[in-house]
Amino acid sequence: MVEKKRSKRFQTLEDRPVHKDGFIGEWIETGLIAMGSPNDPKPSVKVSGGKIVEMDGKRREDFDMIDQFIADYAIDVSITEEAMSKSDVELARMLVDINTPAEEVRKIFGGLTPAKLAAVVDKLNIVEIMMAMQKMRVRQTPKNQAHVTSATDNPVMLACDAAEAAYRGFAEIETTVAVFKYGPLNALSLLVGSQVGRPGVLTQDALEESFELEIGMRGLTAYAETVSVYGTEGVFVDGDDTPWSKAFLASCYASRGIKMRFTSGTGSEVQMGAAEGKSMLYLEARCILITKGAGVQGLQNGSISVIGVPGAVPSGLRAVAAENLLTMAMGMEVASGNDQTFSHSDLRRTARTIPQLFPGTDLIFSGYSAVPNCDNMFAGSNWDIEDIDDYLALQRDFKVDGGVRPVLEEDVIAVRNKAARALQAVYEELGFPPITDEEVEAATYANTSKDVPPRNIPEDVKAADRIMKEGITGVDVIKALVKRGYRDVAEAILMMMKQRISGDYLQTSAWIDESGYVWSAINDPNTYQGPMTGYQMSPERWEEIKDVPWAIRAEDV
Amino acid sequence: MVSLNEEVIRKVIAEVLAEMVPSSETGKKAESASVPKAASSMKLVEKGEAEKSSDPRDVAIGISPGFGVGFNETIVGTPHSEVLRQLMAGIEEEGLKPRVVRVSHTCDVAFIGKKAAELSGSGIGIGVLSRGTTVIHQKDLSPLQNLELFPQSPLLDPETFRAIGRNAAKYAKGESPVPVPTKNDPMARPRYQGLAALLHNKEMRFVDPKKGPVEIEVAFDR
Repeated sequence: MVEKKRSKRFQTLEDRPVHKDGFIGEWIETGLIAMGSPNDPKPSVKVSGGKIVEMDGKRREDFDMIDQFIADYAIDVSITEEAMSKSDVELARMLVDINTPAEEVRKIFGGLTPAKLAAVVDKLNIVEIMMAMQKMRVRQTPKNQAHVTSATDNPVMLACDAAEAAYRGFAEIETTVAVFKYGPLNALSLLVGSQVGRPGVLTQDALEESFELEIGMRGLTAYAETVSVYGTEGVFVDGDDTPWSKAFLASCYASRGIKMRFTSGTGSEVQMGAAEGKSMLYLEARCILITKGAGVQGLQNGSISVIGVPGAVPSGLRAVAAENLLTMAMGMEVASGNDQTFSHSDLRRTARTIPQLFPGTDLIFSGYSAVPNCDNMFAGSNWDIEDIDDYLALQRDFKVDGGVRPVLEEDVIAVRNKAARALQAVYEELGFPPITDEEVEAATYANTSKDVPPRNIPEDVKAADRIMKEGITGVDVIKALVKRGYRDVAEAILMMMKQRISGDYLQTSAWIDESGYVWSAINDPNTYQGPMTGYQMSPERWEEIKDVPWAIRAEDV
Repeated sequence: MVSLNEEVIRKVIAEVLAEMVPSSETGKKAESASVPKAASSMKLVEKGEAEKSSDPRDVAIGISPGFGVGFNETIVGTPHSEVLRQLMAGIEEEGLKPRVVRVSHTCDVAFIGKKAAELSGSGIGIGVLSRGTTVIHQKDLSPLQNLELFPQSPLLDPETFRAIGRNAAKYAKGESPVPVPTKNDPMARPRYQGLAALLHNKEMRFVDPKKGPVEIEVAFDR
């Protein structure tokens, strides 16, 4: 066969990182389409005797369990017929109109069905989606969440990285494991490290649901977000679950004073071959309404671990931003994705984050990898700690609040060292395998887990088992810290334990500041109604964002 | 209608695969893309309904509905004949007897592996999907549990399949082998996740909820 003569231009283009990404054409009949599938149901609603008797072209007797849950618990029956009578365009315009307050939009949108919600946001272009996000997110001040994990589950590194992430400004920190049995120790490292870095930071240990609930009740973690919901019955049933079982689980967390949100995202159903031919966004609208119907305060969405699927099809990233917006329109906190490797192309992965970063969301990432991606046990995030100065530059370039702040090397070293020493003391008091001074020193100055000496894993795992078997709680950690002179860290953890009793941080979109004060959509509601309203960066915060340590200052030259 | 869609899908898969491989290989690789065509280096002969074996020396390999018929290679182009050859050789190396069954009622690797384990005389089974996703299962575990799971199909090469076969046989002999080292590549998602979804939906078309597991005789051409 004669070799086709190739253009050098095209050969150069083929070698660019974007060509390592997977791009897929739409395949409508299986649901490999981001939004606006011709197979999506036509929006409709009928109410009789105070009950929804028809929704999106289906009569009540034909409802699947998701339809029934949504019709009975998520849609405001009192307003649904009026709301559904409005055109898609009229409703879409309400989302972006600065003269229509968010609460008015939310009241009307509370009556919309999944098919209507998907159709309405399909009328918005990406800039309009961002404008709508700016107005509709429930909490006024944007925040950010980080991943802190270790490829070797090294407890000292986890404590140091948690402390650094907290110090850099992340409001929530999430970990998981490389080796399942390390779970309790990772939670302990995050608790101690985070409270050294900045008292009030919420921590999570993403593992199996019953373990998460138990460790949360012990006071070793403060929130959970791994309860997943899906848009088709097939996927739910495969996981042995129903919307009701998920709602029950949600109430288990809430009743124990643990913050929680659900997780869902475009693409999960088609990934599992069970999209029933519907668009990814329509199915996600159903997930969002399941979450609302379950009475859960928030949702982690934005495709999450399935981002490669919407990321591969046309208009996929617009759909991802649209699903964040719908969560906001339903009055819930959104932890808006950006949390998984998405592209080989730095240009594409930056652009993927702009729709959440520029308007601001409750938690822009869920989360940002505060460790290098080689240590990220969530299989890598869209941005990692080695990108952090780029991120700080974007905050400064565009005067946007991305939820983190510039820091000085010496301060980070100090905070990491203190976290390592505090954990060393806790380990010694609890009789766990010792953390040596050499390990403290290495972790203080390390970048990745490869920079620290290996631990004796079987011995560490025994200690992890002891946490569970002996019922070790946050109170034991507090006692150990006080005994060894870390009174400030102990007080921070005690403050976090008290939150379980008061429960204020169970309010929608809550985070806790370093004095223990809870901020949420209740006392910091989004008041955006056009220029010079809504979130206005304080002069102090702007000074902080401006002051990147590597900028040349006139007085120094 | 079906044939038209088949055409479209063939084209899409070929194009995507052509884009994904390094440019130097583009030409030849696109031709061997995982489009439906006859398996070239093995024959899979159906031998009727699969029965539960009572031979403690046998380890069953459950293949997915489209394995070797709708598809003939994994997501990274490893031929299905090579996948089976390595899995079977790994089991044989440990002195046990491989056996192949096709599971048609589901495309879920966990349930395929579990079904294979139930049919296997040793109680140990392997489940493998067309795109390469593999699990080692045991008959007394619940479907979503497993002995070893290899979820990232693009990272499974022939050596890994051989090691999976060996480990399955070791479990069948009552040993506790060191798990097959799992690879992790954070960039496998952006490269393959969309394609994996496409392939999965494609394979779903071969699912027949009413069809029970079938015994398969494998004849390798070489």
